Amino acid sequence: MKNYFINVWNAFYTALVGLKVTFLHLFIKSVTVKYPLERDKVPANSRMKLEVDWADCIGCKACERACPVQCIHIDTSKALPEDNLAATKNGTARKLLVSNFTIDLSECLYCALCVYPCPEDCINMTPNYEFGKYDRKLLIEQFAPFSDDDRAKRQAFEEELKKKKLAEKAVKTKEKE
Amino acid sequence: MQGIISLFESGLGLPELWAFVIGVVVFSLLIFLFIALFVIVAVWLERKVSAVIQDRWGPMRAGLTIQGELQTIADTVKLLMKEDIIPKPVDKLLFILAPFIVFTATFMVFAGIPLGPNAYSGTFDLGLFYLIAISSLGVIGIVMAGWASNNKWSLYGAMRSVAQIVSYEIPIALILIAVVMYSGSFSVKEIIATQDTGYGIFGWFLFRNPFMFVAAILFLIAGTAENNRTPFDLPESESELIAGFHTEYTGMRFAFFFLAEYANMFVVGVLLAILFLGGYAPIWHVAALADIPVLGWFFGSSGFWIILKAMLVVIIQMWFRWTFPRLRVDQLMYTAWKVLIPFTMAIIVLNGIWMKLFNLI
Repeated sequence: MKNYFINVWNAFYTALVGLKVTFLHLFIKSVTVKYPLERDKVPANSRMKLEVDWADCIGCKACERACPVQCIHIDTSKALPEDNLAATKNGTARKLLVSNFTIDLSECLYCALCVYPCPEDCINMTPNYEFGKYDRKLLIEQFAPFSDDDRAKRQAFEEELKKKKLAEKAVKTKEKE
Repeated sequence: MQGIISLFESGLGLPELWAFVIGVVVFSLLIFLFIALFVIVAVWLERKVSAVIQDRWGPMRAGLTIQGELQTIADTVKLLMKEDIIPKPVDKLLFILAPFIVFTATFMVFAGIPLGPNAYSGTFDLGLFYLIAISSLGVIGIVMAGWASNNKWSLYGAMRSVAQIVSYEIPIALILIAVVMYSGSFSVKEIIATQDTGYGIFGWFLFRNPFMFVAAILFLIAGTAENNRTPFDLPESESELIAGFHTEYTGMRFAFFFLAEYANMFVVGVLLAILFLGGYAPIWHVAALADIPVLGWFFGSSGFWIILKAMLVVIIQMWFRWTFPRLRVDQLMYTAWKVLIPFTMAIIVLNGIWMKLFNLI
C-alpha cells in the first residue's frame, strides 16, 4: 500500500519535472536557422563542390587517375604556338592544351583524393554547397573554356596530326627495311 | 439556436417548419465553421509549440507576417486535392462511413456547449450527461474504421482505442459526480451559474477544496487519454502501428479524422473550463475592462472567456504531447483502473465529508 502511493507520487512528480524541462525551452533561442533567409557558416576547408582553375591545369591527368569513381574526364591535345598558353602560377610551362575537363558532380563522393596529387594545386574543394540542378545532366560541369564546336575542331585537328604521324612512321619503317 | 429559428420565422416571414429546417442548417454550418477555424489555428499552434519545445522555428514562410500562420490552410488545400483511395479488400460501406461517424460524434458534442448565458443550441437539464455520452460515441466510428480497413495495424489500433476509451470514461464520469455534488444540477448552465459567485477565480470549483484541485488534474489526464493524445496515443502510435485505425485513409476522409481529433481536444478543454474553471464567467468581474475600446468587447462577451479557458487547456495538452513518451498498454490500463478510479472514488467521499463539515449541503 505504501509502495503504491510512493509510485503514484513518483509518477506525478517526475511528470512535473518533465513539464518543467520542456517549459524552460520557451526561453532558449532556436538552434536552427531560417535557411533561405540566413545561412550557417561552413568552415573554409569543408569539402563541398569541386572547382578547377583551368588556367593552371597542365593536363597531367593525375586527378583523373586518383578518382575512385572515375567522375573526372580530361582530353588533351598538343599546344600550338597560336594558343598562346601562359605559364601556371607555379611557373610551369603548359605543353598540353586541356580541351575538355568535365567533372560529373552527381558521381563525386567528396573524398578529395583528386586534390592531393595535383602538382599545380588547380583542383580544389570549395565550401559552396548550393549547386543543385533540375536535371542530372546539368551536374556534369565543364571547366575548359571552349565551345563544343571549338572542341570538335580541335579534336579533328588532333586526329589529323595523329594520322600524319602514323603515316610518317610507316614511311620511316619502310625506308629502314 | 432558438434565436436563429425565430429570426427566420418572424424576420423573413417563413412558415414554422421551413424556419426550423433553415435555422438548424445555419446553426450547424456555424458550428462547422467554428470547428474548421479552431482546427486551423490549433494545428498551427501545435506545430509552433512543438517547435518551441524542440528549439526550432516551426512553420515560418507561409502567411502575411513571418510566423507561417497560413501554413495549415496550405496543408488543408493540399489534403483536399489528394487522391481518394479505397483499397480493394476493405468493407466499402463501413470504410466510407467511419470517418463521418467519428466527426459527427464530435460535432454533436458542440450542440451541448454554451458559449454564453444566451448562446446555446438548446437547453439540456442533463447537459453534462449529454456531453459525456455523445463524446464517447466516436469510438464506434473508430472501431468501424479499424475493422473495415482489413488491416492488422488498423484493427490493433481500433481495439486499443476501445479498451482505452471504455476505461477512461469511468474516472471522467466519477469526477462529474464530484462536480455535481457542488452544483446540485447536471445542467451546464446551472454548473456555471454556481461558479459565478462574483468573486471571480475563487468561485471556481477548482479552488473550492483541495480534492477538487486533484479532481481537475485527474480530469485533464483522463481527458487527454479520452481523445487519444500523446502520452496515451496507443490507438495511433506511429512507431508501432503506422497510424493505427486511420492507416488506410487518404485525402478528405483522413482530414475528417484529423478534424475530429482536434475538435475533441477543444471539447476536453471546454469541459474542463465548464466543470472547474467557471465556464463563460469572466476571470474577474471588472466593469472598467469593458470600457477599453476594442478589447473591451472581448472582455465583455462571454464566448471570449470560455474559448480562452478552453484554449489554455488545449495548449496544456499540446505541452503534454511534446513532453511525455507513450505509455505501454499495461501501464495505460494500470493508470485507469488502479490509480484514476480509486482516486476519483476517494475524492467523492472526501468531497462529501468536506461539504458536511463546512455545512455546504
